[in-house]
Amino acid sequence: MLTGSPTLALVVLGLPAASFLALALLRPLRRAGRLAGGVSITAIGAAFGAACLLWLRATSRAPLTSPSTSWAWIPADGEPMATVGVMVDELSMTMAVLVTLVSFLVQLYSLAYLVDEPAPSLGRYYAYHSLFAFSMLGLVLAPSFVQMFVFWELVGLCSYLLIGFWYDRPAAARAAAKAFWITKLGDLGFVAGIVMLWASAGTFDFWTLFGQAAGGTLPTEGLATIMFLIYLGAVGKSAQFPLHIWLPDAMEGPTPVSALIHAATMVTAGVFMVTRAFPLFGLVPDVLVLVAWVGAFTALLAASMACVESDIKRVLAYSTVSQLGYMMAAAGAGAPGEAFAHLVTHGVFKALLFLGAGVVIHLFHTNDVFRMGGLTGLPAVWVPFVLATLALAGIWPLPGFFTKEAILAGVLEGGFVGPFVLLAAGAFLTAFYMFRVVFLAFFAPAHGGHHGHHHVPTLMAAVCWTLAGLTVALGLRTALVGEHHPAPAWLPWLSLALALGGVGLAWSMYRRGVPDPAVVAAALRPLEWMARRRYGLDGLFAAAYRWGLLALASLVGWVDRYVVDGVLNVLSAWTLQGGDRLRRLQTGLAQDYVYGVALGALCLLVLARWAWS
Amino acid sequence: MIPFPVLSIITWAPFVGAVLIMFTARHRPLAVRLIALVTTTISTVLSVFIYVVYDREAAGFQFYERVPLVPPLGISYEVAVDGMSLLMVLLTSVIIFAGVFASWTVATRSQEFYALLLALVTGVYGVFVSLDVFVFFLFYELAVLPMYLLIGIWGSSGEVRPRGVFAWAFRQTGVGTKEYAAMKLTLYLLFGSAFILVGMFALYVNAGAASFSFLDLEATTFDPTVQFWVFLAFYVGFGILAGIWPLHTWSPDGHASAPTAVSMLHAGVLMKLGAYGVVRLGMGLLPEGATDLAWLVGSIACVNVVYGALSAMGQTDLKYVIAYSSVSHMGLVMLGAATLTEAGLNGAVFQMFAHGVMTGLFFALVGLVYEKAHSREIFRMGGFGRVMPGIATAFTVASLSSLGLPATSGFVAELLTFMGAWRSAHPWWLWPAVAGTFLTAVYVLRVAKQIFWGPPSPHFHHLEDARGPEWVALVLLTAVIVVFGVAPGLAIGPVDTATVPLLARIIRP
Repeated sequence: MLTGSPTLALVVLGLPAASFLALALLRPLRRAGRLAGGVSITAIGAAFGAACLLWLRATSRAPLTSPSTSWAWIPADGEPMATVGVMVDELSMTMAVLVTLVSFLVQLYSLAYLVDEPAPSLGRYYAYHSLFAFSMLGLVLAPSFVQMFVFWELVGLCSYLLIGFWYDRPAAARAAAKAFWITKLGDLGFVAGIVMLWASAGTFDFWTLFGQAAGGTLPTEGLATIMFLIYLGAVGKSAQFPLHIWLPDAMEGPTPVSALIHAATMVTAGVFMVTRAFPLFGLVPDVLVLVAWVGAFTALLAASMACVESDIKRVLAYSTVSQLGYMMAAAGAGAPGEAFAHLVTHGVFKALLFLGAGVVIHLFHTNDVFRMGGLTGLPAVWVPFVLATLALAGIWPLPGFFTKEAILAGVLEGGFVGPFVLLAAGAFLTAFYMFRVVFLAFFAPAHGGHHGHHHVPTLMAAVCWTLAGLTVALGLRTALVGEHHPAPAWLPWLSLALALGGVGLAWSMYRRGVPDPAVVAAALRPLEWMARRRYGLDGLFAAAYRWGLLALASLVGWVDRYVVDGVLNVLSAWTLQGGDRLRRLQTGLAQDYVYGVALGALCLLVLARWAWS
Repeated sequence: MIPFPVLSIITWAPFVGAVLIMFTARHRPLAVRLIALVTTTISTVLSVFIYVVYDREAAGFQFYERVPLVPPLGISYEVAVDGMSLLMVLLTSVIIFAGVFASWTVATRSQEFYALLLALVTGVYGVFVSLDVFVFFLFYELAVLPMYLLIGIWGSSGEVRPRGVFAWAFRQTGVGTKEYAAMKLTLYLLFGSAFILVGMFALYVNAGAASFSFLDLEATTFDPTVQFWVFLAFYVGFGILAGIWPLHTWSPDGHASAPTAVSMLHAGVLMKLGAYGVVRLGMGLLPEGATDLAWLVGSIACVNVVYGALSAMGQTDLKYVIAYSSVSHMGLVMLGAATLTEAGLNGAVFQMFAHGVMTGLFFALVGLVYEKAHSREIFRMGGFGRVMPGIATAFTVASLSSLGLPATSGFVAELLTFMGAWRSAHPWWLWPAVAGTFLTAVYVLRVAKQIFWGPPSPHFHHLEDARGPEWVALVLLTAVIVVFGVAPGLAIGPVDTATVPLLARIIRP
């Protein structure tokens, strides 16, 4: 039953697109606020249904026929230069299900979370969300690099618009531009890479490229450079060192946006791209080594910054960066399947973490974990969050345990001992910083007065519970029926021990005060100082921007005005002056003119004599 | 075929409008606008019409008309369009149609203003449709000269502090005033015209002094030395209008001083005349000259891209930012053309269209912002998004097209240029081109953030969003940007039919 696949995939893609167009073009509908939300939610819900249907079909298809259907987009004399279409295979459909599901839940949750937002701006919010769903699905279903890049940039646009959703807040405006610029830096590599790949292979199409790669007809000259450049796109989008600095700032956006775009879906696009293009990356082991090392380093670096952060959303953002590092490390070590599996489970429980954090922020009107606490009596608030935390920390039998262990196994199998050690240390820190947040934000003694309402909107709670149920289900499914990896037998125990060690340390430090966090901080003073300042990377980029780029721009502007144009003005001024001087020859005195005529006649005579002789 | 002279109607309708305005609409501002609107609507509707009915299978020059003017010299009024000029005619129509609405509020001497504007548009149409090189030149001058009056009378002066070792020259020439800008622009472009005129006559004489017709000249193979020098003359002459570095300095001053509709037309369409001239006459008639000098054209274009973008970033006056962005984007146009590849040339022509619409929208918006806030100083503005959401949205779309975001026409143009650059004889051109897109992203979003984002200042609470006729310009241009970005085939289909034969002549085995 494959004949319906492209049509159904186009339905999945078309529903959010139609919703976006309706909200963008029909002003009264958009300004109706909650009605606009209803339209968007209906569309994405229907898209989720269609994606599930398609997923069931796609997993049971023959692997050898091309899963892509394409139409010409940029025509040319012969074959079109670029095509657009849909690619329906297990990878794209699994991702499509994840994207539509999380989008649907987040949009639902937003109705309650943004209840105080004025109607017109709520309509704008849902228009952006529809555009995002469409773009992300377009990226996921892309059958060619060029389409992937198109939607890659569009999800970046949605991220920009949604980070800056409260555009009159200066911090949001700054964070939006920063996110756009930093990811754009990576995208420069991406676009240059695909252009170079097109020049050498003659196509952007994945299926054709994979065929060439498998058949050995893909020109390998310069391929390492090309794949490195393409990987740079993933570095920006998936917040790998050193371009990870935009993601924590992106938390200026509304919390549901952080859950959807900056945790579950968009930021994983880089990992998705590397997984999708793995047949090509597989040909360039040098680049893969780099991918693995950078991923593992990012994982540990971000985890260390999460340990000293007091803003709950930023802790989660660092944790996202860190987990993306795990995925990238797995992909680099030659285990893209494991990377993708972690992407999916992480998408579910990280969305839950953000939405759970949104509930807490809703209660306390602050992001600071030290000003929260006293929620032991509200299991509806903390149970889903703690479940997701356990999943992230990697406790059996939750899904994070399995997928993280698979990543560690994959990295070890690939022979990457260094990255393995970094990732193992990161696993310990992950458990530690997450439970630090749990103990501070939920179970610390209540801080007097501050929180206004102890009521959690039903819709928000329902969404959280749904995701919690899904997390548990995913874990149990793997625990019961999942196939086991030929990993060393000690690995699951090590993994579990690291996680439990982290939990235990957090419990001891933040519940018992032994050892006292302040004492620990003092003991690790240099490290703590560096981590708090984000290892100076943000400052470095800011300095390069202000004292490098803007200073250069001012200089060039000055040179253009006062040197390049200055020369012209000098020529012009000389002409004016010359005219002014020559003008004085016209004295208006007849004698002067007679002298002139006489002199001229003399010259003519001399000239005539000289010319004749 | 079409039984009526459709290209002549498109070309001359605005001119007739100009004459009617001068003789029948004295002191009746509404009549002035209605005449302008009706005549440009005629041109616009017919442009869309020929765009639709142009036979893409047959390709080549269509809607041919010919009237001999001076038979002994081989000069005739000969017009036709191919895929490339078709798109340029459409661009001109879109911009002038929007421009009529954007200058709806011109109060002083609107009769003369509209008459000059319409005469100028006839010149632009004429350049794009002329096949006779002599008449081409006449139209070219008609397009350039009214600019002097339009800027000198209706323009606005900025402030430029004389600094540096050449400060004395700045004081003497009056840099910053509209009179200075008008004079500089006119003299510079006439200086370029001199090169074009010489090149033109050199071709005419070398081809046997029998005909100025493009078709006859195209059939002639010129001596390589002639090709080299004439191509160089055309490149400098037309290149000045296309803003090539370092002969671009007329453009920021001119565009910044010009009134809104004039900036729109000048940056949106007139600069394309320069690029069009290089492609049509330079590359079309002088294939070997083009091959020999492609390295120069492309390398200078790279300087344009990066230098223009950096200069734009260094400005504090909003109009100057947009004006310098044109210098940068015209670099991309010339770069695409210099690659001498199908992708690059299609990208160049499409970039002409994309940049024309985008910069037209930018100047329309800047004009609106200036009219309302009475300021062009970027860092004195802020938080306008709250009070003028429509303008902010349109500005965002223009910015995104400028930085080459997919789903705007700017992206496809840039992508094709990149593809062409890497396939050309000078693959390193890819890097400045790519760097230029990043620099563009920095300066446009920085400006957008400063002006439209951030907390609304109490200073600007009274400002209003766009009104009535202004909306027409904004919506039209925004829609064109998005439609052509989503479906680039609409433009590249016909363009490709013109660029492929052109390249076939250049790259002969």
